[in-house]
Amino acid sequence: MNAPLTAKDFATDQEVRWCPGCGDYAILKCVQKTMADIEAKPDETVFVSGIGCSSRFPYYMSTYGFHTIHGRAPAFATGLKLANPDLDVWMVTGDGDGLSIGGNHLLHLLRRNINMQVLLFNNEIYGLTKGQYSPTSRPGTRSPSSPKGSIETSVSAGAFALGAGARFIARGIDTDIKHLSETLKAAHHYNGTAFVEIYQNCIVYNADVFKGFTEKAAATDNQLHVQHGKPLLFAKETKGIIFNAKTMQLEVATLGENGISLDDILVHDSRNKAIAQMLIDMPESDYPIALGVLYEDPAEASFDQNFWNNHPTNGKRTGKVADLLRQGSIWQK
Amino acid sequence: MTTIIPKQQSIVVRFAGDSGDGVQLLGSQFAESTALSGADFTTFPDFPAEIRAPVGTTFGVSAFQINLGARRIATSGDAPDVLIAFNPAALKVNLPLLPKGALIILNTDAFNARNFTKANIETDPRETGELDGFQVVEIAISTQTMEAVKDTGLGKKGAEQCKNFWGLGAVLWMFGRERAPIEEWIKTKFANKPDALAGNIAALNAGHAYAETVEISAEIPQFEIGEAPMASGDYRSVTGAYALSLGLAAAGELADKEIIFASYPITPASPLLHHLTKMGDLGVATFQAEDEIAAACAAIGASYGGSIGITSSSGPGIALKTEAIGLAISAELPLVIVNSQRGGPSTGLPTKTEQSDLYQAVYGRNGDAPVPVVSASDPGDCFYAAIEAVRIALRHMTPVFLLTDGYIANASGPWALPDMSKIEPLSTNPVPDGIDLNDGDAVKRAIWKRDEKSFGRPWIAPGEAGFAHRVGGIEKDIRTGDISYDADNHQAMSDMRFAKIDTIADFIPDQTVEQGDENGPLVVVGWGSTHGAIWRAVNQAREEGLNVAQIHLRYMNPLPKNLGKLLAGYDRILLPEMNMGQCATLLRDKLEVDVIPLTKVSGQPFKISEILEQIRANIPGAIQAAE
Ligand code: SF4
Repeated sequence: MNAPLTAKDFATDQEVRWCPGCGDYAILKCVQKTMADIEAKPDETVFVSGIGCSSRFPYYMSTYGFHTIHGRAPAFATGLKLANPDLDVWMVTGDGDGLSIGGNHLLHLLRRNINMQVLLFNNEIYGLTKGQYSPTSRPGTRSPSSPKGSIETSVSAGAFALGAGARFIARGIDTDIKHLSETLKAAHHYNGTAFVEIYQNCIVYNADVFKGFTEKAAATDNQLHVQHGKPLLFAKETKGIIFNAKTMQLEVATLGENGISLDDILVHDSRNKAIAQMLIDMPESDYPIALGVLYEDPAEASFDQNFWNNHPTNGKRTGKVADLLRQGSIWQK
Repeated sequence: MTTIIPKQQSIVVRFAGDSGDGVQLLGSQFAESTALSGADFTTFPDFPAEIRAPVGTTFGVSAFQINLGARRIATSGDAPDVLIAFNPAALKVNLPLLPKGALIILNTDAFNARNFTKANIETDPRETGELDGFQVVEIAISTQTMEAVKDTGLGKKGAEQCKNFWGLGAVLWMFGRERAPIEEWIKTKFANKPDALAGNIAALNAGHAYAETVEISAEIPQFEIGEAPMASGDYRSVTGAYALSLGLAAAGELADKEIIFASYPITPASPLLHHLTKMGDLGVATFQAEDEIAAACAAIGASYGGSIGITSSSGPGIALKTEAIGLAISAELPLVIVNSQRGGPSTGLPTKTEQSDLYQAVYGRNGDAPVPVVSASDPGDCFYAAIEAVRIALRHMTPVFLLTDGYIANASGPWALPDMSKIEPLSTNPVPDGIDLNDGDAVKRAIWKRDEKSFGRPWIAPGEAGFAHRVGGIEKDIRTGDISYDADNHQAMSDMRFAKIDTIADFIPDQTVEQGDENGPLVVVGWGSTHGAIWRAVNQAREEGLNVAQIHLRYMNPLPKNLGKLLAGYDRILLPEMNMGQCATLLRDKLEVDVIPLTKVSGQPFKISEILEQIRANIPGAIQAAE
């Protein structure tokens, strides 16, 4: 028996070319660790990416890897999974790659529910092309292409995924390796397209855009790590999320205040789409950021399973062209 | 009664009516009957562009043309000798196609004020003199049909719908054909609809009897078309789209690999998706992607995963796939891109045929990105062209363009059944053995060690133990596959990519001369679906005694090695093509030969006469001699 693989065994001999301090390093470390934890087989694992800083990821994983073209990774991954559904496919994309140029493909990947994992590194900026605002950039973002501040409404990755019909939606933070790794394992375990948005710090072009909930001082009060079946508590369990049936909204409540007890706190049900929608939509200004598996509602089968189950011969060649040639009306000369 | 033995031993019949009149069914059944008679034929359906055009309008006219003869029939015919028009709109649309003297059979029941209005006809064309010089036979086909089927239990609408079989019955009589095989077909087709079954048979017989009836037969002539000489063997009728689908499936079988066909609906390419979806048991799977780009990418993903990835579209869709094709070149993966060409630019003429995507296939990508290009020249040839395209893709690990067009996709004719055992199996580039899998560098070098002759690299799909590696669209080191921005390496990689495509010329057969000598005053060079018209034009010119040769290209890139030398043997090169001169440019570019282009972009295939005229014009003294 070979010794089990460690995180290091998933690194390649290629020099990692991200800017020093980029959040991508932490994610790479986390993914390599997760690979070791789940005992991934490098020969049966494929990292597929599009174009952008994040999409360099496959070069640094000692698995199979396909660095494709801008925005189209979902389509390559789809073809690959159809050719070989046994492969463990991880797609790496960014906010520009996945939600701008590749928004269409991501939509269809999610609704089809192909059994693979999608990691969307959201840094709210175009890094590789030197800092233009992206579809997730907040209104007002100043960039070389928006010197007076972006005037666009930003897209929410989670809301997009939910709207597209994704059945597994999770969130994590680049440097929070422990939680992110747990989330990745859950994503890997899910049978279908598991969508994980990772808040990733682009230290060069959009530094600290997430510091409101990532900075050490802010983390405790502003991060809500959800768990299926557990009450939605945060701030060292001093606060929680309650559901106001009159306004049909979530609210932040402090335990012990206004007669709020643990029983009043909403219990997370990851199968409940309405809860997922509200958790995703909580504005950062007044709420903590919801992290972990926000939504998980497995379908009976994934698309790749259905694809071959519906195929007349389950992908096997049982017929002969010579026989089909003779079907229909044949005459002799 | 008159029996006519047509000169040229062939005749062109066109059925035309409203989309709902069943003329396609009528035409295809007449083609079946023609096949059994032993005559050669080519058919071409002419559908309206609109899906459900209003009844009776000119843009709702559907037609089916068949050229049949006791000799080799290479096209669906220049002009109809016989037109059967089921309504005024059909007459209006098709009359301009007819030469004087043609026979026109009209369904007079449809010639009423209401239908004239729908077809924007002011005065009954039978009264304006516009039918002077034609031989017109008026039959109340609808009334006759209703009368014939009145006992079958069909309602008024159902009864009326049998009129195409009434027409077929009459035409069968005109050509002295047996009704039994058609009756058999009706019995199978309508097994679950006893009323329609009885009605259609009654109509068929009534039409036949009517034509035979003494008082009418003076008006309706009979035609005598004998058997055409053809090589002995088993034949079937096939459209280009079906033959191409079969060819792809056959390529999978010959390579012993699964085919994954990823495509997005587009006219006129969609029939490939429909046909292949039904070929699952032949190791074919189809995926309808969300768009053209995704279709190309999914096909490449499938090839990366070890299946044969194929994508298909028409010009506008191919344009969208371009970037992905570049990645397949860079990653050295097999892929076949089928282009069912149509009129362009932009949306252009979706239902009309053209050959105007040759530049796109040969030259149309960013960067120096050579791609082999194979073309199909007639419906049955699509089968072999498809196998060739896949063969090149697998042997050289490259994307390959397969060009067909709207005309061949829909045209059909007799096809000698291919003998699968005589087709050479397709070879792939296997995973290298004897590599020390613990030696990372050795593994990398093995992955990127290209075959000395074909430059094909080993086809190593994820799942292959010990060969995990990364590949992408960034330039890679020629030996290790690692990312490389090195200047000399990019030169070496570019040289390799060009050498790979050039080397295909060493594998493909030499160009042959189809008709005529290997030198002389004139050669007509063609490619793709112009084959039939060129063949017949050259054939007729040669019968006239003109010294003209024919060369038809299958391999557009690279061109056959001997082509330049071959063409040098002729004083003039005439090149008919359905575009503004793309192949002419290609030959000038690659072979530096002088070409006389004969171009046509009317959405209609070439007429034999158009080519024949140019042959005469380009042989010194030919016209004077003819006069
Ligand atoms: S530009 Fe930003 S996202 Fe890209 S590598 Fe640098 S820090 Fe990371």
